Amino acid sequence: MTDRDIHASADNLEVAGNPVAPIPAEKTRSQWRDVWDQFKTHKGAVLGLFFLVFITLFCVAGPWIWTVDPGALDVRNKDVRPIYTAIWDSNAKVNWARPMGTDNLGRDQMANLMQGGRISLAVGWTAMILAILIGTLIGVLAGYFRAIDGLLMRFTDLVLALPLLPLLLVMMLLFRDPLRASFGPEQGIFILVVTGIGITSWMQTARIVRGDVMAIKEREFVLAARSIGTPARRMITRHILPNVLSPIMVSATLGLAVAIITESALSFLGLGFPSDFPTWGKILNDSVPRMTRFPERVILPGMAISLTVLSVNYIGDGLRDALDPRIRGM
Amino acid sequence: MLTYTFRRLLLSIPTLLFIAFVIFMLLELAPGDPMGQMPLTIPDEVKQRMREALGLGEPWYIRFGLWLYQFFVVEPQYWIDSAFGTNFADGKQRIISFQSRSPVFDTIAQRLPQTLWVVGMSYVVGVAIALPIGIISAYRQYSVFDQAGTFISMIGFSVPPFFSGVLVIVIFSVQLGWLPSIYDTTHQVVDWETFKFQLRQMIMPVMVLALQTTAQVSRYMRASMLDNLGQDYVRTARAKGMSESVVVLKHVVRNSMIPVVTVIALGLPAIFGGAIITEQIFKVNGLGQLLILALQGADIPMVMTITFLLAVLIVLMNLIADVLYGVLDPRIRYD
Repeated sequence: MTDRDIHASADNLEVAGNPVAPIPAEKTRSQWRDVWDQFKTHKGAVLGLFFLVFITLFCVAGPWIWTVDPGALDVRNKDVRPIYTAIWDSNAKVNWARPMGTDNLGRDQMANLMQGGRISLAVGWTAMILAILIGTLIGVLAGYFRAIDGLLMRFTDLVLALPLLPLLLVMMLLFRDPLRASFGPEQGIFILVVTGIGITSWMQTARIVRGDVMAIKEREFVLAARSIGTPARRMITRHILPNVLSPIMVSATLGLAVAIITESALSFLGLGFPSDFPTWGKILNDSVPRMTRFPERVILPGMAISLTVLSVNYIGDGLRDALDPRIRGM
Repeated sequence: MLTYTFRRLLLSIPTLLFIAFVIFMLLELAPGDPMGQMPLTIPDEVKQRMREALGLGEPWYIRFGLWLYQFFVVEPQYWIDSAFGTNFADGKQRIISFQSRSPVFDTIAQRLPQTLWVVGMSYVVGVAIALPIGIISAYRQYSVFDQAGTFISMIGFSVPPFFSGVLVIVIFSVQLGWLPSIYDTTHQVVDWETFKFQLRQMIMPVMVLALQTTAQVSRYMRASMLDNLGQDYVRTARAKGMSESVVVLKHVVRNSMIPVVTVIALGLPAIFGGAIITEQIFKVNGLGQLLILALQGADIPMVMTITFLLAVLIVLMNLIADVLYGVLDPRIRYD
């Protein structure tokens, strides 16, 4: 019995002069509530979400509490080990004021990890959003307009055939100085890294979105919308885009993971941000020459990158299950 | 199938030309200057002459055409000459590196074996580990083994090679002292002892690269196996009374391999990209390291040639994957 039948029968009963208590109709559930309920059943995804929130808070809110300047040199307290080293090595140089130790110039590691995380996460999110925007635009255009489909997809194939990592390295190296000159050292490199990652990672999104748009375009509701004269622009924004949102969200999570790894790889190869400007990959790279004596300087930023990417991947996994209506009902 | 292969081969020529053009224009438009590393005391007119000596005085279309001619005509001629003792090349100008002033392909030929040895071995090892994991994970879906396999492949996707590489160096070279942290490419295998050393120094770079391959291929193998295990022909095979090993290993695995083979072919170029980072960590003097050095020295012909060779590899592997798909699966017809 559908909702309307219940109401209808209730009305009939009232008309018959036999008042009954209104039947408690099941609360309407929005689609996003269903998605969230399904998402909650995926343990890895929930854990991943918790970790992502934690690491984001650590990086964003951390510097307000831990007000040590990441660039401040403190030569008296250089090469301090993290406090947990004291557990197995009572002679280790530890200092409660430096919970994660300091580097060879006495810079506080925790403050550096926070500052580095801010940059790494900011680059990851911005580059991912850029890649998703480009990918969605090209995917929707190719899927919706038959005339430019071939052209755009050939273009996508061509970009996929480019060796992306070497080209990204070339871009970093060759455009670094002019951008730094025109936007300042930090802004310039940020723009360069974000643009570089963004324009080299939109292709998968474009392909997925195109496929979904082509499938949705053949559905009846699109035909109905077209029959009342909906222009193409409103057709895409009102009818097509909301229906391809779930594949876009899934590829956004994967894109975030890839963007964070790519930024760290560029920093690791020495082609990312300048040296006094920490990111997780940069801290890792700077610590490699001393890793035999101070392995924690490599492990802490490496763990930060890996755990963030792992949690993002798990969130993507959970999101894929949660957004798939075939699985959600189960 | 043959006509399809032929058509694809023809189609890949404009693709490759376009890619060469993109790489060339990127290097051309970028404001980097090969003279940027030179001392500031060199007068401007001398710098101008040096630039012309490098061939930078000509307009871009002449240099692009020359590069194409050298890459596709002169270099193969030299190749044939050295292989058969002919002299087609006849002293023609080869692609010369800005840095070392020696032919680019000679340097690449010196560096290629190290990269191929590490990358190729890691790919073989990675696939060899991934296939059984994928098969068992699918056959025992949701078992402890499957969960562990999922977790390991998640780690493979998430831990970047520059961290896993450094981590294994810290653990196995620094703390335990079992394996050397630097890959010695001058090492020659002559007897059992040197072979053991070679094996020990290869374990870490190969395993770091193989982890990525394993993660990807085992996921695909598992998904493909799961698709096939539920099919009617599997039930038929079991109903005929065939043993479980025959059903799984002969019927299901063979059919599941079809998409996986293409994934293996498509993943090969990506692992060369990963090798750039791994070579940097383990100090292998392979192609990746050569590319980084060339980039830092603004050695345009070297960067151009290596990058283009990678593009050729990608296009070739795409083609092989598509053709293999058609060969392995008779239901797929391109014609």
